[in-house]
Amino acid sequence: MRLIDLTLKELWHRKSQLVSGLLAITLGIGVIVGIRSFSVVSEKAVAVNLDNLGANILVLPQSSSVDNYYAADIDASTFPEEYVEKLVTSTIPGVDNISPKLTRRVKVGNENIVLTGILPKSEIASKPIWQRGGIQGQQAAASCAPSGPKKYADAKLQRKGIDTLANNDCFIGSGIALRLKLKEGSKLTIMDKEFTVAKLLPETGTVDDDRVFANLHTVQALLGTGEQISAIEIMGCCSSISEGLLGKLRNVLPDTRITTIGQIVSTQIENNKLMSKISLVFLIIIVFVGGISIGNYIWGNVNERRKEIGILRMIGYHKRHIYYILVLKALLMGLVGGIAGYILGTLGAMWLGPQFSGIAVSPIYMYFFYSIVVAILISIIGSLIPAYMAGKIEPFSNMQED
Amino acid sequence: MLIQIKNLTKTYQRHDGAINAVDNLSLDIPKGSFVTITGASGSGKTTLLLILGGLLQPTSGKMSYNARELDLLKEKDMATFRSNHVGFVMQSFALVPYLTALENISIALNVKDKDNDKNRKRALQLLEWVGLDDRTTHYPKELSAGQQQRVAIARALANNPDLLLADEPTGNLDPTLSEEILGVLKEINQKQGTTVVMVTHSPAAAEYGDTKIQLKNGKLHTNEKV
Ligand SMILES: Nc1ncnc2c1ncn2[C@@H]1O[C@H](COP(=O)(O)OP(=O)(O)OP(=O)(O)O)[C@@H](O)[C@H]1O
Ligand SMILES: [Mg+2]
Repeated sequence: MRLIDLTLKELWHRKSQLVSGLLAITLGIGVIVGIRSFSVVSEKAVAVNLDNLGANILVLPQSSSVDNYYAADIDASTFPEEYVEKLVTSTIPGVDNISPKLTRRVKVGNENIVLTGILPKSEIASKPIWQRGGIQGQQAAASCAPSGPKKYADAKLQRKGIDTLANNDCFIGSGIALRLKLKEGSKLTIMDKEFTVAKLLPETGTVDDDRVFANLHTVQALLGTGEQISAIEIMGCCSSISEGLLGKLRNVLPDTRITTIGQIVSTQIENNKLMSKISLVFLIIIVFVGGISIGNYIWGNVNERRKEIGILRMIGYHKRHIYYILVLKALLMGLVGGIAGYILGTLGAMWLGPQFSGIAVSPIYMYFFYSIVVAILISIIGSLIPAYMAGKIEPFSNMQED
Repeated sequence: MLIQIKNLTKTYQRHDGAINAVDNLSLDIPKGSFVTITGASGSGKTTLLLILGGLLQPTSGKMSYNARELDLLKEKDMATFRSNHVGFVMQSFALVPYLTALENISIALNVKDKDNDKNRKRALQLLEWVGLDDRTTHYPKELSAGQQQRVAIARALANNPDLLLADEPTGNLDPTLSEEILGVLKEINQKQGTTVVMVTHSPAAAEYGDTKIQLKNGKLHTNEKV
């Protein structure tokens, strides 16, 4: 029996007390890991999109919230599809690739997915009146796209270039493919309608990974919305935007909210900054609360173990051995608390992320080590004073009996 | 001489004034002897025993072990002294509650030697020697008082001490069990040559000693060799 065995046995012996001793540190680490996992994904996605989307314009219903770019169109209210025609016929210069969408959250089996209806180019082309917009748009893109064609590699833009999308076909994000175990050619039934997966979209790290794209008119029929849409995406020419394109668009569609993605993204960046600050504040709080709570727990433990510590001293163990078993115990508790906190925070972010902001959060494995290191450091620091006090306990003698 | 103490005093400060629990006491304990200490309650028996075992610092006085003077104020040295040379048997057994009989012994062996397998074997041997080889995985609360005291004796012997100190080892035991335990102590003294110092209230138990000491108010009252 070594001292580490003794420490493990003692931990196990008083395992029910561990829960309360670990609560603060587990929750604390959990909250930080949760916030950080969420905001890292969000920051990364913002960076990608800011880079790629440049001067995109989003037309949303008046009542929609623009706090979160990724989810701005999800479950938003709707406006008539004929607004698209209004836009096209207005012949405002500098408007490219007008792309209407209708988005709703639906369930497939037990999985939540985001169903987005989009119009393929072929259908836009089939409406003579829209063709003009398309041609104009191509010229506009060629003349003022922010920086070259490679920008269009982004999946979000790619899908505007979708040429055909049959009524029974759908495109699916990589997250959906993984969760529902689908591949190209698989069948997918949404609200009793069977779709064929025509294409798997590459991973983007945004809510798009959890989206199913289908033909707008099919989706409208499925959801029973009639000719309604929840957003129009427009490639606007950057110089046109600075020349007051947004104002002109607002004149054409007065009862909508028209904003550039840049504006939405900067709101998002503000949110992310706030999150970072909150997690820093949490980190400071957890260091104090977690350290004090572990220290308090170890202090209670020392008092409970006075006799036993006296016995160890009696049979010849030194003070440093007593420090060792207590600090080791704190270290083990920190380890458990760190692991539990990481799991709690990661699962929490993965579960809550999509619910609140439509962001698919994936685990950040590096935080596993950070969580453990931080939790262990906090626990050890918290245990130092109680361990020091325990060293002062006199060797056992009958006189100390209760 | 195994132990020599000279002018040893232990003063306790209490709210009603200072008290000398051990009062200017000098005593020689020969190697291989079996010393019994008796005396009224509060006469300083436990205090003297704790000082002998290096568990308690005296207020003044000297103590030497094998003719070498001990630095009674150096706590580290005294802990090493305890693990190397002294075994303790207490009235209340003083076993660690969440460790089994075997573990209670091997944790004492671990102070001196980290070889876990070797310690396990030695702990088993010791339990066999006190007749508890079928109780190795029992926890203290699953053992009778007599069995617990045997585990405590086995633990006290773990590191082959030269000096075995026992404070009323039979105080919590019935007469039959007491005799058994006293027999074990006598055997340790005679077969292994371990020096035993035992505090007791019982005149019958005191008869086991070859040197009988009586304390009165922290001073030596009688010191008779048989
Ligand atoms: N920690 C202490 N603080 C103050 N006084 C103490 C302390 N320990 C012992 N004493 C006092 O010292 C004296 C001797 O105590 P000690 O325990 O050595 O007596 P004892 O002979 O072992 O008694 P008993 O037979 O009752 O065990 C007593 O008067 C006791 O009250
Ligand atoms: Mg006593």
